[in-house]
Amino acid sequence: MELVCPAGNLPALKAAVDHGANAVYLGFRDDTNARHFAGLNFGEKQITEGIRYARDRGVKVFVAVNTYAQPNGWERWQAAVDRAADLRVDALILADMGVLDYAAERHPNLTLHLSVQGSATNPAAIGFMHRHFGIQRVVVPRVLSLAQVKSLIQQTPVPVEIFGFGSLCVMVEGRCLLSSYATGQSPNTFGACSPAAHVEWRDTAEGQETRLGGILLERRRHGEPAGYPTICKGRYLVDGQLRYAIEEPTSLNTMDILPDIMAAGVSAIKIEGRQRSTRYVSEVTRVWREAIDACKRNPAAFQPKDSWRQALAKVSEGTQTTIGPYERQWH
Amino acid sequence: MTMDSQQTSDVRPRLSLGPLLYYWPRERVLDFYAEMLETPVEVIYLGETICSKRRQLRPEDYWDLAEQVSAAGKQAVISTLALIESEGELKTLQRLCADRRFLVEANDLGALDFLEGHAFVTGHSINLYNHRTLEFLAKRGLRRWVLPVELGRETARELITRRPEGVECELFAFGRLPLAYSARCFTAYNRGLGKDDCQFCCMDDPDGLTILTQEGDAFLTLNGIQTQSASTHSLLPVLDEVSALGVDVLRISPQSQHTADVIGVFNACLRGELDTAEGTARLAAWAPSGLCDGYWSGAAGYATGPVAVGMPR
Repeated sequence: MELVCPAGNLPALKAAVDHGANAVYLGFRDDTNARHFAGLNFGEKQITEGIRYARDRGVKVFVAVNTYAQPNGWERWQAAVDRAADLRVDALILADMGVLDYAAERHPNLTLHLSVQGSATNPAAIGFMHRHFGIQRVVVPRVLSLAQVKSLIQQTPVPVEIFGFGSLCVMVEGRCLLSSYATGQSPNTFGACSPAAHVEWRDTAEGQETRLGGILLERRRHGEPAGYPTICKGRYLVDGQLRYAIEEPTSLNTMDILPDIMAAGVSAIKIEGRQRSTRYVSEVTRVWREAIDACKRNPAAFQPKDSWRQALAKVSEGTQTTIGPYERQWH
Repeated sequence: MTMDSQQTSDVRPRLSLGPLLYYWPRERVLDFYAEMLETPVEVIYLGETICSKRRQLRPEDYWDLAEQVSAAGKQAVISTLALIESEGELKTLQRLCADRRFLVEANDLGALDFLEGHAFVTGHSINLYNHRTLEFLAKRGLRRWVLPVELGRETARELITRRPEGVECELFAFGRLPLAYSARCFTAYNRGLGKDDCQFCCMDDPDGLTILTQEGDAFLTLNGIQTQSASTHSLLPVLDEVSALGVDVLRISPQSQHTADVIGVFNACLRGELDTAEGTARLAAWAPSGLCDGYWSGAAGYATGPVAVGMPR
């Protein structure tokens, strides 16, 4: 099982490589990738150096071009695909059928992965994408229970990658428009959920307010911890009661079920967080490398070490973690 | 070959009725469609698109309704689930797609696998964002696509101008915006129930469960695994522009009250019997959390009119 780690910039890429990633994934500096944040991602010089650094150490490099192209701007997606092909990356992670069609036709030897943003959750969807575009891996959205992941793996010839750790998308990826409803920009169209330019933090007499596009997502007491604001983790009034109506401010951690993930036949486990610090990437990669190796040696006796838990807790957004949809009760 | 949008500009769009997104008792659904057959909609989409546990009507019932729709001189389209996770859901989808009597609307990529080579429609939850995707799907049998709801006039215009011959464009023109889908049932979650023991509590909310911000503004509507806007999206204010673009079909999304009235207003405006400002004033009375249309101009979806994107209040 491959460990696929996030690289938001060159130092993070090196940290992931040094701490045991089997592959790193990254994006170009524009809206063609789903972590389109200021100061993040790779220019020409960094990507060349990053690829060399990873290759010299036997680590693969995947490039994400995983947002949706519109007619106005289509050339950027086409150019991103061509660039990745020229760089001879180990795989290109795509979501848009039009972009997949272009990549498969123009660069038939390029390895294509279907991004989580491609929103394929069942064997028929994956079969369709495999038949037409020859995808060699699918990253499945965070909507399936582990039993469903296992069943999916048995029914598709395409190797399956899942998210194991990091921010938790509550909605099926690639089809969540909550961010654009509040701001006009979504992961699909702009490459970011809750783009920073639309986020406001304000101290008021009633507490600290967080707004997105002017809409109040959360008002908490001064001093209560606050994660990065997304609509799905906001607190709202439901029949007059204030609650986390969609999901609490939790993040994903599947380490407790790692032996089951391996037994299910998952090909790769992905760590979320290209927008996070180099320290996050170092710590999370190191801990997950140790955990995967320990689990491979003796899955029956596998138990996450306390030191791993502590290290991950320190870098987790918010204080709570969840196994999320992989456990049926979460649904 | 592409259609000349100039040629189509004097043809007014037809009206369609989207699939019923909420969970209503069987009798109410049947009464609703009996009423809808009398309205000027020319296309009716039928089927469960949200949750496979909702079984007041079975595929056989939808096919029966589709026969009635056809007999009334309207086009019936069988609509399918937007998020396919389980094997059971996939089997039902396959069965619906295998029936060739009626056109089928794909709402999950999985449906494309079954529909390829036959005529089909893609719903707004199939990510058709550009001309290359449009051309790719047209070669596989696409006859009509519903523009993803977050896309606006600029992309609609480009796609309509460049569309392959014989492929129609439909816009989600009235209703609470379908914004997201999840593994979690939010209705059950907020009732303290799990999805596997949901007790079909979504039937208590014939228009979904509206949630408010801490300032008391209606923000979102929870409808089982789907999240919708609380505001009702309406393209009536831009009806002339939409018609001039060459849009073929305008979708009205069912709601528990006044659906026939809404259709009547759109129809009167399309026929030039009512101006859109007056029509919009009438629609506002039937939209409990207000109207919005921001997506059309490239702004935040909840915005109204040509405002700047996501401006703080």
